[in-house]
Amino acid sequence: MAESKELQVKEKHEVAGPAEQTRPGAVFTPEVDIFENDRQINLLADMPGVAPGDVKIDLDDGLLTISGEVKPFEGKDESDVLIEFEIGRYYRQFTLSEVVDQGKIEAKLEDGVLRLTLPKAEKAIPRQITVTAG
Amino acid sequence: MYARRLFDFPSMGWQYPFNGLERMSRQMDRLTQAVMGRPGMHWLTARVFPAVNLTEDKDKYYVRAELPGIKADALNIQVDGRNLAISGERTIPSEGENIRYHRKEREAGKFSRVIGLPGDIDASHVKAKMVNGMLMVTIDKSEASKPKQITVN
Repeated sequence: MAESKELQVKEKHEVAGPAEQTRPGAVFTPEVDIFENDRQINLLADMPGVAPGDVKIDLDDGLLTISGEVKPFEGKDESDVLIEFEIGRYYRQFTLSEVVDQGKIEAKLEDGVLRLTLPKAEKAIPRQITVTAG
Repeated sequence: MYARRLFDFPSMGWQYPFNGLERMSRQMDRLTQAVMGRPGMHWLTARVFPAVNLTEDKDKYYVRAELPGIKADALNIQVDGRNLAISGERTIPSEGENIRYHRKEREAGKFSRVIGLPGDIDASHVKAKMVNGMLMVTIDKSEASKPKQITVN
């Protein structure tokens, strides 16, 4: 890689989705990388502050939903001095173009980055239909 | 619109003449929040990565920053006087040759930031840890800058 650039602060984006959130608190869209090769689709999502047990992944008819819960970690006696980022849940939905083998989805959360591996399903084998005269 | 609300509102009676005003003030807050983030905090926000939250209790300062995908050994944290310096680099490893990207929103790069703490600190009691991509630095306040209880005789 060439000379790496300086990272810039990016404002966290609040979810403005079609589904109204029913619980109080801010909800943010995680930043993602999505890439595929011939065999699988991979998704990486930045979800800092989310513990491995607090991620929910749901795939329903090609609609992939990722949500992550951030447990409050501030002590009760702490008072704010400078607040530059807000803390809240993460939520994002994707529609998948390829047929995914739902039974083989793997998810791993490491250092606040979720890695989803979605293997593509075996394509239906094309069948040759022979017409018999009768 | 607000004026109409104010006078039409059923709870607006003689008993609580400022009810409507309070509600209006909250609405204004929400409006400013929508336009420029947190009200009043806008000018304080440094545009240097990473964004940090600084909190305190009576003995300690807590500095938190969201640094997903950064290993603890890729971070360099130093204390100098009242300043806390955080620097490091985020690398995103290559995912192989034959891949096609649909989205690429995560970024890699270097960062370096100094956070000035509001009071004197005890430089020998600074702890830092990474939990689930969240950096947390705990800094003890120096004895001189801890609040003291003064008893009145």
